[in-house]
Amino acid sequence: MRLLAAFHAAANPNAIPAPHIEYRAILPMLIVFGVACVGVLVEAFVPRVHRAVTQTVLALAGLVAALVAVVANTGLPRRLVVQSAVAADGPTLFIQGTILALSIGALLLIADRSIGADSDFVAQAADLPGTEQERASVRAGLRQTEVFPLAMFAVAGMMLFPAANDLVLAFVALEVLSLPLYLLAGMARRRRLLSQEAAVKYFLLGAFSSAFFVYGLALVYGYAKSVEYGDIATSLTSSDRGDSLVIVGLALIGISLLFKLSGVPFHWWTPDVYQGAPTPITAFMAAGTKVAAFGALLRVFFVAFGGLAWDWRPVVWGVAIATMVVGAILGVTQTDVKRLLAYSSIAHAGFILTAFAATTRASESSVLFYLVAYGFMNIGAFAIVMLVRDADGEANHLSRWVGLGRRSPLMAGIFALFLLAMAGLPPTSGLWAKVAVFQAAYQGGAGPLVIVGVLASAVTAYYYLRIIVLMFSQEPAVEGPTVVMPGALSAAAIALGVAVTIVLGVVPQTVLDLADKAVPFLR
Amino acid sequence: MFSYVPIFALFLLAGGFAVFSIIAGSLTGPKRYNRAKYDAYECGIEPTPQPVGGGRFPVKYYLTAMLFIVFDIEIIFLYPWAVAYADMGVFGLVEMVLFIVTVFIAYVYVWRRGGLEWD
Repeated sequence: MRLLAAFHAAANPNAIPAPHIEYRAILPMLIVFGVACVGVLVEAFVPRVHRAVTQTVLALAGLVAALVAVVANTGLPRRLVVQSAVAADGPTLFIQGTILALSIGALLLIADRSIGADSDFVAQAADLPGTEQERASVRAGLRQTEVFPLAMFAVAGMMLFPAANDLVLAFVALEVLSLPLYLLAGMARRRRLLSQEAAVKYFLLGAFSSAFFVYGLALVYGYAKSVEYGDIATSLTSSDRGDSLVIVGLALIGISLLFKLSGVPFHWWTPDVYQGAPTPITAFMAAGTKVAAFGALLRVFFVAFGGLAWDWRPVVWGVAIATMVVGAILGVTQTDVKRLLAYSSIAHAGFILTAFAATTRASESSVLFYLVAYGFMNIGAFAIVMLVRDADGEANHLSRWVGLGRRSPLMAGIFALFLLAMAGLPPTSGLWAKVAVFQAAYQGGAGPLVIVGVLASAVTAYYYLRIIVLMFSQEPAVEGPTVVMPGALSAAAIALGVAVTIVLGVVPQTVLDLADKAVPFLR
Repeated sequence: MFSYVPIFALFLLAGGFAVFSIIAGSLTGPKRYNRAKYDAYECGIEPTPQPVGGGRFPVKYYLTAMLFIVFDIEIIFLYPWAVAYADMGVFGLVEMVLFIVTVFIAYVYVWRRGGLEWD
């Protein structure tokens, strides 16, 4: 094909040179996107009874293949590829690998049909809740298997978002990751009105925040005459235009990114959406979106706008403090376990922001490590939430969790492990993750943030430990929910979460070194 | 600034034509209203009355409109490519085929799942 192109160029003096595309560097994303497209065709041609199995196998195979491709690419030189639109550097590979591993865990939860009556997903999303039509769809054993290709499209977007080295491509990736999640949030099988409300809220606010991104992008382009991160960084020192244009642009882009990773004051959607969405999807977006959004945040702020660090650092300090405080304090008052985990995720975003505010090399690697540790404890915790059920589906109210440790010591014990990890206590990954980010923050001169972080950690530890006490120290209610035994798939997801949480808690050094080798971001 | 004068002139002409047409129409046209004249013009379903009790209204029209937009966008990309086809060479051809195939996957899904059947 290259020969043909050369021949063509020789014959036609007006020929537009073809862009050079390094297919190997973007292979992991191409695999996931390709699998998503094949998934759509599966929906079109495979008979209904075989769809769920086909989709599960296809999606899992695709994610594993992409993970293999990521690992195989670690030997390649760090460089910008595809006309400088994508950065193929250490953080990209580290984050993409993390997202793929987390997605495998989440996909196992999505695919498991052994929990409850069927799955956590709606039989036919178009049926009105509570109608005869809905009951007919349930009786017919229908299932919305479009969940799989949608999730794969979201994974492809998540992988591209932190890898993009160009604001326009980053925006496209942001939309590719967000749009499927809006839909998936509305597909819960039970409490469907709550789920649909969550989807509408997420969509409206998400679309609004995307608009902020585009507006910021336009202003930055007006300043830098380019949307590529490297050019923007150069223009900060050379441009003759007023700084206000680029500062307002950066603020708008920052709002959009903080919205995605639920930083305060852009966090309002998080509890509602986490509560309303089907639990496997909550696990998926809590882990995956956070990793992708933090990856993109680091790249945009460090690579493109590193020259403005003196301007944006005070704002990040404020946001970090607000995020930690709001996540910690509002979490105390929650009575629904999914909302509680949502506020916990807000607090964790705040802890990660403390390291980000330090803007050193150590802050990059400590954020990467935190994202791995946090992602896996999240997948595991939501997997356990799926198992505690009564006749109406999941029993999410904390009063229903009383005495669960007596009824099912194993599952309650595993949940307690994840809670300890979120609280940052040994022997779990959470301890080292917190140590890493607070150390990076302290060394980077963000000492006051560390103090707030430690205090906020203590408050969050209170509500995690309260659940543990609730589960183990009291007698279960007579009519309480049961803990169903997980099927093979979700058992595998829980095992993955437990393994990573304990291994990173006991021997964190390997992954710490890996994260340290992955940074810095290619500038 | 002088080079913008033709554009301002065009704005004035366009605005003036709109105002003139509406006034002339309302002064000279016959006024024979009936129910159909009060309906929304070519906008698919009747907006009112709403179905009782939050019932359903058909989305067939929207589905068709959405499909139309998908192919409309595809054509918008195809035109400039067709003009510059000779200059873009093999690479342009391959990329365009990939683009059309991707859109076609969505089309196949709609077709197989009954999105093209009106009833």
